[in-house]
Amino acid sequence: MIEFKNIKKKFGDKVVLDGVSHVMETGKTNLIIGTSGSGKTVLQKCLVGLLEPDEGEIIYDGKSFTEMTQEDRKLLRQQIGMLFQGSALFDSMTVEENVKFPLNMFTNDNHSKKMKRVNEVLERVNLKDANKKFPAEISGGMKKRVGIARAVVLNPKYLFCDEPNSGLDPVTSMVIDKLIKDLTLEYNITTIVNTHDMNSVMEIGENILYMVQGKKEWSGNSKDIIFSDNKQLNEFIFASEFLQDAKSMRMMEAKGKIDHDEFTREAEEK
Amino acid sequence: MNYITHLGRYTLMLKGMIAKPENAKVYWKEFMLQCGDIGIGSLGIVSIVSLFMGAVSAVQTAYQLVSPLISKSTIAQIVRDTVILEFSPTLVCIVLAGVVGSRIASELGNMRVSEQIDALEIMGINTKTYLIMPKIAAALLMIPLLVIISMVLGILGGRFAGGASGILSYDTFDRGLAESFVAYNVWFALIKAYTFAFIISSIPAYYGYYVEGGALEIGRSSTKAVVVSCIMILLADYALAALLLS
Repeated sequence: MIEFKNIKKKFGDKVVLDGVSHVMETGKTNLIIGTSGSGKTVLQKCLVGLLEPDEGEIIYDGKSFTEMTQEDRKLLRQQIGMLFQGSALFDSMTVEENVKFPLNMFTNDNHSKKMKRVNEVLERVNLKDANKKFPAEISGGMKKRVGIARAVVLNPKYLFCDEPNSGLDPVTSMVIDKLIKDLTLEYNITTIVNTHDMNSVMEIGENILYMVQGKKEWSGNSKDIIFSDNKQLNEFIFASEFLQDAKSMRMMEAKGKIDHDEFTREAEEK
Repeated sequence: MNYITHLGRYTLMLKGMIAKPENAKVYWKEFMLQCGDIGIGSLGIVSIVSLFMGAVSAVQTAYQLVSPLISKSTIAQIVRDTVILEFSPTLVCIVLAGVVGSRIASELGNMRVSEQIDALEIMGINTKTYLIMPKIAAALLMIPLLVIISMVLGILGGRFAGGASGILSYDTFDRGLAESFVAYNVWFALIKAYTFAFIISSIPAYYGYYVEGGALEIGRSSTKAVVVSCIMILLADYALAALLLS
């Protein structure tokens, strides 16, 4: 579990985070959503220590991250995996070497044991035949999967994903979402995903934090979103007419009163 | 950002770089990789520059020595001393500032922009130690070796140019090389080589590590790294000459 209280961050005069508090739960896919510039990436960078918050406290399973020494932070970071927006794979290394890198750095296992683990995680993310390829030779979706494999190879307790679906087609996005959700359950990790992909929000959002201009505007799960009367949230999530129709359908589905003929008639009338 | 801020951040970078490696084997591999890139990767250009530098030096010295009272073997002495004292350590290091410096700055800049450095930080790796220290250590080992190779090739270039163009015979050149040889000059050249090696590796590492922005900024920081390294080499060259030769 990761808890953060009253996180504030300014760049010059610009307030980017204005007292954000929330609890990210273990074994769930926790989502941070919001429009571009709402502060979700800065919040995630504060949580992993790439940026220092000006105020506030971050607590990892009862241990205050903000008050930890650099050495303790280094140890904690070995329990953190992160998938970056651009995958951040090491260009000079093959897929296999990228995934093996954390094992080389932090374990004393022999080569065959390391390779067994590498092949295990690559197989888990459905990348069996790409071991010897370089990042420049694989597609965007494959890069994301290698990024996930590298992030989970050391069995982390916390997984951070920054815009995991950016630049991917809807089908590949769904595959990545499912993979993130499955791994979260499988390893019982605290997963935090930054996204503004509506499919992700509806499919994997078990604990959602919605941010507007650096502040927490709303929180709940994907079912709560359907019934929420928060105007800003509704405008953000159900921005198009198509998504508004989808919302109506989901609401009826949830209430158990769906009538497809009636829905089609309503849609035609509109 | 003013010069004091740059200097402060550069000093902090060097201080942050000194830490216990997370895994000595991985660091050793990285060090060997950098030795290959800096040493073997620059050997070709260093050889070409050195051979021609010595050859031109011999021809131009002969052109200026018009007095019949001065022995032809003096040409070999002048070639030897200019190559050892100045051309090999300084000129070769300025070339290396372009070759090695721009490579270090752009490699680290690209890693910064594409979040690879952030990825290493998240893993709990001290990125200054892992990315910068092996480069500086490899430069400190390989650049003085390249300078020694350059001295030998420079003198050979001068010998060949002198003999081939009929300015002086190979025997006269060899005799001149042994006359009035001061071993301290070689030590002085090596002190310069170590100093310049540190400049060539650490300044571009600083510019690359702290790059902000995108591809355009990588190019800019790479150019800035080479320019600042060259100026620092020239300043250090003068300072060392004033301190150790006067």
